[in-house]
Amino acid sequence: MSKHARAKIFSRLKSALANGIPDNQAVDYLPIETSSQNEKVSKLKGYMEAVRTEVHVVDAENWKDPLKAILKPRALKTLLYAPETQIGNALAQDWPGADGNEGLPDLVTYEGNIEAFKEDLFQIDAAITSTVGGIAETGAIILWPDAKEPRLMSLVPPIHIAVLEADKIFNSFDEVMQAQKWPQKMPTNAILISGPSKTADIELTLAFGVHGPKELIVLILS
Amino acid sequence: MANKAELDFTRNTSQALKDKQLRKNFKFAMGNFILKRQQIFADQKETERLRELGNAIKKRALSRLPQLLEELEEKCTRNGIRVHWAETTMEANQQVLKIMNAHSATRLVKGKSMVSEEMGLNEFLESRGIEAAETDLGEFIIQLNDEKPSHIIVPAIHKNKEQIAQIFHEKLPDTPYTEDVEELNAIARKTLRQKFFEAQVGLSGVNFAVAETGTLCLIENEGNGRMSTTVPPVHIAVMGLEKVVEKLTDVPPLLRLLTGSATGQLITTYVNMITSPRKDDEKDGPREVHLIILDNGRSKILTDPQLRQTLQCIRCGTCLNHCPVYTRIGGHAYGFVYPGPIGKILNPQVEGLKKAGVLTAASSLCEACAEVCPVKIPIPMLLRRLRNESYSTDSLGLVKDSGYKKNLAETLAWKGWELINTHPHLHAIGQKLTGALGSKVPAWGPLKNWTRYRSAPRFAKKSLHQLIAEQGVEDE
Repeated sequence: MSKHARAKIFSRLKSALANGIPDNQAVDYLPIETSSQNEKVSKLKGYMEAVRTEVHVVDAENWKDPLKAILKPRALKTLLYAPETQIGNALAQDWPGADGNEGLPDLVTYEGNIEAFKEDLFQIDAAITSTVGGIAETGAIILWPDAKEPRLMSLVPPIHIAVLEADKIFNSFDEVMQAQKWPQKMPTNAILISGPSKTADIELTLAFGVHGPKELIVLILS
Repeated sequence: MANKAELDFTRNTSQALKDKQLRKNFKFAMGNFILKRQQIFADQKETERLRELGNAIKKRALSRLPQLLEELEEKCTRNGIRVHWAETTMEANQQVLKIMNAHSATRLVKGKSMVSEEMGLNEFLESRGIEAAETDLGEFIIQLNDEKPSHIIVPAIHKNKEQIAQIFHEKLPDTPYTEDVEELNAIARKTLRQKFFEAQVGLSGVNFAVAETGTLCLIENEGNGRMSTTVPPVHIAVMGLEKVVEKLTDVPPLLRLLTGSATGQLITTYVNMITSPRKDDEKDGPREVHLIILDNGRSKILTDPQLRQTLQCIRCGTCLNHCPVYTRIGGHAYGFVYPGPIGKILNPQVEGLKKAGVLTAASSLCEACAEVCPVKIPIPMLLRRLRNESYSTDSLGLVKDSGYKKNLAETLAWKGWELINTHPHLHAIGQKLTGALGSKVPAWGPLKNWTRYRSAPRFAKKSLHQLIAEQGVEDE
């Protein structure tokens, strides 16, 4: 069925363009406007806060203490993390055990694949992930989930904490695509996130956390 | 694409105009959208450059459509995405069903997709015992109430919170009546989380399909699109064949145009770019990704160099928001899946002029839609073209039912008009007759309808030509 349809569609498309339709090649992409590191951090922070993201600029050498301060008042039971990433590895060192946990959540890992882990995953309170970059011009973080850090970590738990190195904030989406050579190596899933899940489908009234995380917390390491 | 019943646009329009609640809901929402768009596109010069770019990107893609679709197919296939082609909506529905059956699946969760609306997929699957659950909040609301979307972006905008509260209370088990929007959202979240948890297959639309990399881009705020494309073991994406773009770098400007035009946002909450199914070492994501590419009349639209511009549409809905007709009658009155200005040019081309040509009349040609269209589709020009097509006397027949309204009386009338205007003596006689009798004509006969809501023109006793001649100015 599909093969037959394909042949007919292509024959129509080709004959549609056969009578001397010009090939419009001229596409002038817009130049990338650049700003300083500090400007990029403050733009990203400003835009993301405007859509209710909690953004903290923290010391790259000591980001765990601010993280603990963020977590404690929320009284969470579980924090999903990826032990094989740099962030995950650093997080797990000296994390208080289940007994003396100082009001902090227990660290849990993504056990097996989604088929085995689904039930647990939908019960977890929060997840922490790394990022591959940020976009200043619109305010967004970029995730390339992979085998170490699965896709649903940043989607299913009600709180998503993302760690972003300040020097990975780019001016624009175009710039990060070029700089990181996206066209040559697109991953299974690349995702831009600008805030917590939201909707305005009822009378255009904004409401957060309709499907994805209700809270997005970004730690910018500078 | 059409509703089952024959479209009675005049009746629909007058019914909608009488519905005060509906008009209030639309007036509020559309006004809001217009303001938000203005704020995001405050810099006119920059916006114009961006629109030019959007137009150039889509024009280039259309001019190379066969090559780009072949490249998209090749890249997707190489990445592990299975590509299917459908000439008609029925074929596309059958392909979805075949995939569902191959997995013995009876539960489908859906992200928002206008193409799936065009296919009538939900009804098709439900009549075959498969549950197709809409998960976008707006779509979820109207599906509960057995309705169709009234807007491309905010499908339940015709309902206010009291109406939605009532729908939830009646249709969802053990749900108390509440008008609190936060609570209504929480009810939807709880209900739909369970759906995601149980779903066997997820279905989505596609905003941009990138030929260069074989990447499907999905733009959304809620996260239901990500859920539908990540939690279930199988993902089916459906797209119209005009959604392909050439390069990955085409995405950022189109994205900016789409979110700014649709909802006045700099960027949506999520931009989801899918390039392959789950790889062997990965822990989640669907193991199978299918892409169904639908024609349904699009390849025919491509044939006409002017009407082809219809295919540049990125479905942002901003022409709806800015349309004085849409704002007053809402989406349902149009009787087709695509309402508003874009629907007025798209539906007649897909469904034919007999079925949908009447929609082209629902415009004052105020040009608002052309001014705001992010890819610069000259909608009013195409509307005029389609109006004329109904009376066309040439035999090219690129548009379905072209010339179906052609009739001897009108053809003769225009022939006569041509004759008079090319012969000065006839013209002079004509003017004298108009001066003497013209003011009486519109009160009776076929022109009566014209004067029902308009004041009849009053003709001067003497023409300008005569008056000047009387003052002694000579004819050239």
